[in-house]
Amino acid sequence: MKALALVAAMEGLLIPLLALLLSLGIFGVFLLAVDNDPFGVFYSMYRGGFGSPFSWRNTLERAAPLMLTALCTALPARLGLIMIGGEGALVIGGIAAASVGLSLNGNAPWLVMIAMVIAGAFSGGLWIASTGWLKHYRGVNETITSLLFNYIAIALLNHLITGPMRDPQSLNKPATLPIGSANMIADIPELGVHWGLAFGLVLCLLYYLIFQHTTLGFAVRIIGGNIRTAKIVGLPVGRLTVMTCFFAGAAAGLAGMIEVAAIHGTANGSLAAGYGYAGILVAFLARQNPLTVIPVAILLGGISASAGLLQRSHHLPDATVFILQGIIFIVILLSETLYGRLKLLCDERGRT
Amino acid sequence: MNAIAKKTFTHTLKKLCTSTFIFSLSFALLPAAYGDDVVVGFIYVGSKGDYGYNQAHALGAAAVKAMPGVKVIEEENVPETIAVQNTMESMINLDGAKLIFPTSFGYFDPHILTVAPKYPDVTILHAGGLYQEGKHPLNAGSYFGYIDEAQYIAGIVAGGTSKSGKLGFIAAKPIPQVLRNINSFTLGAQSVNPKITTQVIFTGDWAMPVKEAEAANSLIDQGIDVITMHVDSPKVIIEICERRGIYSSGYHADQSELAPKGYLTGAEWNWPKVYTDFVTLLKDGKPFPHLLRGGIKEGLVKVSKYGPAVSAKTAALADAAKAKFMAGDMVIYKGELKDNKGNVVIPAGTALSQTDIQLESMDYLVAGVIGNTGS
Repeated sequence: MKALALVAAMEGLLIPLLALLLSLGIFGVFLLAVDNDPFGVFYSMYRGGFGSPFSWRNTLERAAPLMLTALCTALPARLGLIMIGGEGALVIGGIAAASVGLSLNGNAPWLVMIAMVIAGAFSGGLWIASTGWLKHYRGVNETITSLLFNYIAIALLNHLITGPMRDPQSLNKPATLPIGSANMIADIPELGVHWGLAFGLVLCLLYYLIFQHTTLGFAVRIIGGNIRTAKIVGLPVGRLTVMTCFFAGAAAGLAGMIEVAAIHGTANGSLAAGYGYAGILVAFLARQNPLTVIPVAILLGGISASAGLLQRSHHLPDATVFILQGIIFIVILLSETLYGRLKLLCDERGRT
Repeated sequence: MNAIAKKTFTHTLKKLCTSTFIFSLSFALLPAAYGDDVVVGFIYVGSKGDYGYNQAHALGAAAVKAMPGVKVIEEENVPETIAVQNTMESMINLDGAKLIFPTSFGYFDPHILTVAPKYPDVTILHAGGLYQEGKHPLNAGSYFGYIDEAQYIAGIVAGGTSKSGKLGFIAAKPIPQVLRNINSFTLGAQSVNPKITTQVIFTGDWAMPVKEAEAANSLIDQGIDVITMHVDSPKVIIEICERRGIYSSGYHADQSELAPKGYLTGAEWNWPKVYTDFVTLLKDGKPFPHLLRGGIKEGLVKVSKYGPAVSAKTAALADAAKAKFMAGDMVIYKGELKDNKGNVVIPAGTALSQTDIQLESMDYLVAGVIGNTGS
C-alpha cells in the first residue's frame, strides 16, 4: 500500500512537471516562429516573475486572489459540479464587505475587519450555495446558473455604485465611499504583500484537510463519484451539495473582501477584473485539488507578473502569456491520460 | 569519499551555491541598462492599436520615442487593479524608469497614490486631471484636456451636414466627462440649427463592441444621419456608419481612414505635444506643472481634418468657432440653459468658462438631447 501511495505521489509530481516542460518547449517553438529568442524570453519570464524580491512580491500579489477564486471551482468539482461563478461571488463579497465596512465605520478596526471578513465570506457563500441549491432541488444546470449569476452580480455592483451607494465625490469613476485607511488590510512585514495572501494559503490548506482527510470530504467525493450510491447509502446529498457550494463561494467572497479592504478601499467597477475566470483555469490545472491550487496560482501569478517585461523588453504583444497559458492548459489536461501508464512507474505498481 | 574530502566538497558546493545565488540576485536586481537614456514608461488600459483612447496616447509615446536621449517602454492591457501598481513598480525596479505616464483615468486613486510615495525620485504623471495641491504626492501630477471644445466644433460640422436634423451619440457611462461631451456636441450643432436633436445611447462600459454595433444600427434605423461617440474604441461604430452610408464624427484619435466617405471630423487629443513638453521639462530638471489642463488654445486637443462631405459653408462656421476658442473668448455654457427635463441649469446672465469647477460635476443633458442620465 505504501509503495502505491509513493507511486501516486511521484506521478502527481512527475507528470505535471513533464507537462510544464513540454509546454515551455512548444511555447519556445512558437517564439522561434515569431522571430524571438526563446531563452531570452524564458530568462525575462524568470526575472519578471521570480528573479528578485520585488518580482516575488509582484507574483504573490497576483496569486493571492487566484487561490481563493480557484477554490470556488475546485470544491464543487468534488461533487461533480462545474461551477464558474467565482467572478460573481467575488463581486458580491466585495459589495457586502464594503457596505459592512462603511456602516461600522468608526468602530475598532479589528471589529470592522472581522465583520468585513464574515460579510464577504457569508455573502459569497450564499451566492454560490444558491446555485448549488438550484442544481440539486430544481435540476438547473449549475454551469449556466453560475455564469448568469456573474452577470447579475456585476449588474448589481454597477447599479449600487452609480446609484444608492455612490460617493458623490467619485465623479468620473463611480465608487462607494472609502472604508477608511484605518480599516484597510496591512502588508505582511518584510514580504510587502498584503495579508490577503495568508487568507488564500490558510483556506487552501484548510479545505484540503477537510475535503481530503475527513469523512465529510469522503462523503462529498462519493456524491461526485456516483450520486445514486450516495443516496442509497443514505448520505444527505442535498445538504452536502449546498454546504460544499457555500464553502466554495465563501472563498471567492473573501477574495472580493480582500480586493476592497487591501487594494481599492472602495467597491468599484474594478472588482470585476477577471480573477473569477482566471480562478477556473487555476482549479482545472490543479486538478481540483485545494492544496495544488497554491503552487498553480503562484505559477500563473508569476507568468502574468512577467507579462509586462515581455512586452517591454521583447516587444511581444500582450496576448503572448495567454498563448503560454493556453498551451499549459491543454498539455496538462492531455497529460491526465498518462496517470497509471508511465512505463517508469508501471513495474512498481505491478508489484504491489 | 573520506571525511576530509567530503567536507571540502560540501564546502566548495556551498560556496559555489552562495556565489551563484548572489551573482544571480545582483544580476536580477540590476535594472536593464539603457545607457544614459532617460527611461520613460507608458501604461495603457487597452490595446494601443484600438483606433481610440489608447492609440491616441500611444501616438504621444511615439513622439517621445523620437526624442534624443530617451528610451520608451510601453505596456498595454493593464487593468485598473493591483496589476497597474505592479506594472509601475516593475518599470521602476526592472527597467529603471524615471518617468511614467499611466494613461487611464482609474489608475490614479488608489494605485498611483500608493506607488508614488514609495519612489520619490520617480515622476508619475497621470491622464485625468485629478491632482490636488497639498493632498497628493509631490512627484505625481495629472493632466487633461477640455476635449468638449473639439466636440463643440464637431457638433457644428455635424449640425451643418445633417439632413434629417437627428444626430446620434453612443456613450459609455453617464459620468460628468461624458455628459459634457454630449452637451457640447449638441450645443455646437444647435448653434447651426436650433431644432437639432441628439439621441443618446449608453452602453454601460468603455469597451463594448457588440453593444456599440447594436446601438449604431438602431440609431441609423431611426433615421439618424450623423453619429459620434465617447467609448474607448470608436472603430466599430465608424465602420458601421460608413457601411450603412451615413456620416460619422470621430473621437480620441483620427479615424478618417476607416470611413473615407462619411467621416466628417472628430474630437482628438493632442498627446504628442503634451508628452514631449513634459519630457523636455523633466529631462532638464525643471519644475513641471502638477495639474495641467487646457483646450484647443493650449494645444491639448484638436479637431480632425474635415472630410469630403463637409460643405465650404459649414467648414467656415466651424473654423470661425475654432478661431474664437483660439482667441479665448468662446463660452460654451452660458445662461439661460435648460436641461432636457425643462429645468434651468444655468440661469440667464451666467456664463461658465471652461475652467469652472461647476462643470466638473455635470449631471444633466441639455434640451435637445433625447435620453436620460439614469443608468
